[in-house]
Amino acid sequence: MEQLIAKLKNEIIEVLNLSEMAPNDIDENAPLFVEGLGLDSIDALELIVLLEKNYGLKLGTAEEGKKVLRSVRSMAEFITENKKG
Amino acid sequence: MMEHTSIIHDYCLIRDHQVIRGDQVLYTGDKSMPPASFFTEIYRHFGMNYPKFYKMDNLCKLGFLAAEILLKDKNLQQSYAPYATGIILYNASSSLDTDRNHQNSITDRTAYYPSPSVFVYTLANIVIGEICIRHKLYGESTFFIEREFDAERLYTYVQQLLDDNLVESCITGWIELDGDRYDGVLYLVEKSPSVTNGIVNFEPGKLTEIYSRRS
Amino acid sequence: MRQAFVISDNIITSLGFTTEENAAALKSGRTGIEMHDDLRLAPSPFWASLVDSRALPDHFLEYEDPEQFTRFEQMVICSVKEALKNTSIPVSSERTLFILSTTKGNVEILDRKSGSRFNEDRLYLWNSALLLQQFFKLYHKPVVVSNACVSGVLAIMIGARYIRSGEYDHVIVTGADLVTEFVISGFNSFLSLCSGPCKPFDKDRQGLSLGEGAGTVVLSSDRKQVGEGEMIIAGPGISSNDANHISGPSRTGEGLYIAIQRTQEIAADDNLLRKAASVDYISAHGTATPYNDEMESIALTRAGLQHIPVNSFKGYWGHTLGAAGVIESIAGIYSMRHNLLFGTLGFHTPGVSHPIHVIREAREIRTDTFLKIASGFGGSNAALLFYK
Repeated sequence: MEQLIAKLKNEIIEVLNLSEMAPNDIDENAPLFVEGLGLDSIDALELIVLLEKNYGLKLGTAEEGKKVLRSVRSMAEFITENKKG
Repeated sequence: MMEHTSIIHDYCLIRDHQVIRGDQVLYTGDKSMPPASFFTEIYRHFGMNYPKFYKMDNLCKLGFLAAEILLKDKNLQQSYAPYATGIILYNASSSLDTDRNHQNSITDRTAYYPSPSVFVYTLANIVIGEICIRHKLYGESTFFIEREFDAERLYTYVQQLLDDNLVESCITGWIELDGDRYDGVLYLVEKSPSVTNGIVNFEPGKLTEIYSRRS
Repeated sequence: MRQAFVISDNIITSLGFTTEENAAALKSGRTGIEMHDDLRLAPSPFWASLVDSRALPDHFLEYEDPEQFTRFEQMVICSVKEALKNTSIPVSSERTLFILSTTKGNVEILDRKSGSRFNEDRLYLWNSALLLQQFFKLYHKPVVVSNACVSGVLAIMIGARYIRSGEYDHVIVTGADLVTEFVISGFNSFLSLCSGPCKPFDKDRQGLSLGEGAGTVVLSSDRKQVGEGEMIIAGPGISSNDANHISGPSRTGEGLYIAIQRTQEIAADDNLLRKAASVDYISAHGTATPYNDEMESIALTRAGLQHIPVNSFKGYWGHTLGAAGVIESIAGIYSMRHNLLFGTLGFHTPGVSHPIHVIREAREIRTDTFLKIASGFGGSNAALLFYK
């Protein structure tokens, strides 16, 4: 799980162009939206693309999206639960 | 009664890997650098602090930087009501640079991942949006496409906005980028001078003179 | 004072090739939004309002060889030709200007795999404009407005300003945009497309429907150009930025509220325009996304217009992007000429927090003024008054 979290942090920094951040700057338990990293609606959509592109997982609805994208850890948990094989 | 003409308060040029404001060359970069790297250098050199910069496409970075340097120490928010500053921009390529990126992401149907953060920049007027967000500007704005910089057309239109009191000041100019070619020329035009020295009249001849400046 | 009279117009969409054809479809509550299964445009079936792809070149044959012009250019040319039929303005005069409004023009040329036979230089909007200048033998190069979904409203606004200032006597304004793979894929990545015809202001709205088309309005300062019927004037208007986010609208409807407020102030301050300040009807942007419609209800309420009949045309034509502002303004002008307001197709149950007066069914009401509003990416907003 910890390896996946580290990988996710790197991927998030890359796809969201968080150029001035390092993986250590991201707290995997902190909220991604509103507080914490303070990501916005386009960032949320990019993370949805990330999950599909890198992990083959499609989010069904905005509600599902809100739960899964709550924090880096919740993303990692979602990936672990749903990854096939 | 003193005759009153609107003025060009200041201007900023970002071209040929140089940053020029008014009479001064503020920064010169290494010409072998691709534009994106040069823009990042400008951002860092001037000690800017605006992380959203890194999310912008190249066209928006160019426009954002030109506005940032042009408006530094101008206190626009003090001089004008939030809706009194207009932004009228022109270019030739619209958002073609980013359009190509978006097209690339959908060309291969087996790897079909259109990106919302790329798509949002496939509109030239997003540059205006980024500048308005940064400087809290709520005024009249439009993005026009022209084959090349047209000082007469810009002058006629912006002066009309000033005459009709639709704006009291206007950020206007040419923000163009397509691959490695780019050119940023931004003017701050005011209906009533807020400075007393070195007044440059807002007129096509002066716009062209500034636009033609290359070091 | 010089005024910009609306002397002619044309609409080309899935619902027809003239304003009359489109109006007839609107009156019968017909939508042009259908399901399409076209792998060239999207990997799976999608809902959109598309101009008949065989009828367009057929219409265009009347003027030129369809092989020489892109679909976008064919739509523009057909629309302008049709609109000019009822006028005698001097098209090639120094006193005449053409304004083109579009968000993406010929962007489909970028898709090399679809085998576009047109050169990449046609991607440049100024080049498309040059072609149109040559085709119509226009004196001046066209003005091209490319400002997201408010382009069409801006284009008419700018045309009216140029006439009032005396810079030009006649202005032809055309807005056009296509539904392309480029645009479908982009809006899909925003998860903002509806599966089915969109439902503006409805509590079950789930996003927008894309549409394509062209709309042309011919403005003139010459009263003699005005045909039968009441004189319709394209009045004052203004744009404003939200200064908030590049894709999401301001939660307080800041930019749109400022645009509406300032437009009404400009009208109220002027003797001739004062009557325009009292709005009989509003043509909203109403894209049926959760955020846009909510924002509009807030802006309209802040501006004190919550009791004024308002509708959205997006349920008939979808969102025609750079054409929307022009096409929908023409529908509003039709409403003024016939004192008939169209219903909001797709709207059943109010679904916005502020109770604005959304029209469900068509209604005959004396309409002397109307306000066209629009919002778009980049935080852009525009408001424009039309009056008799």
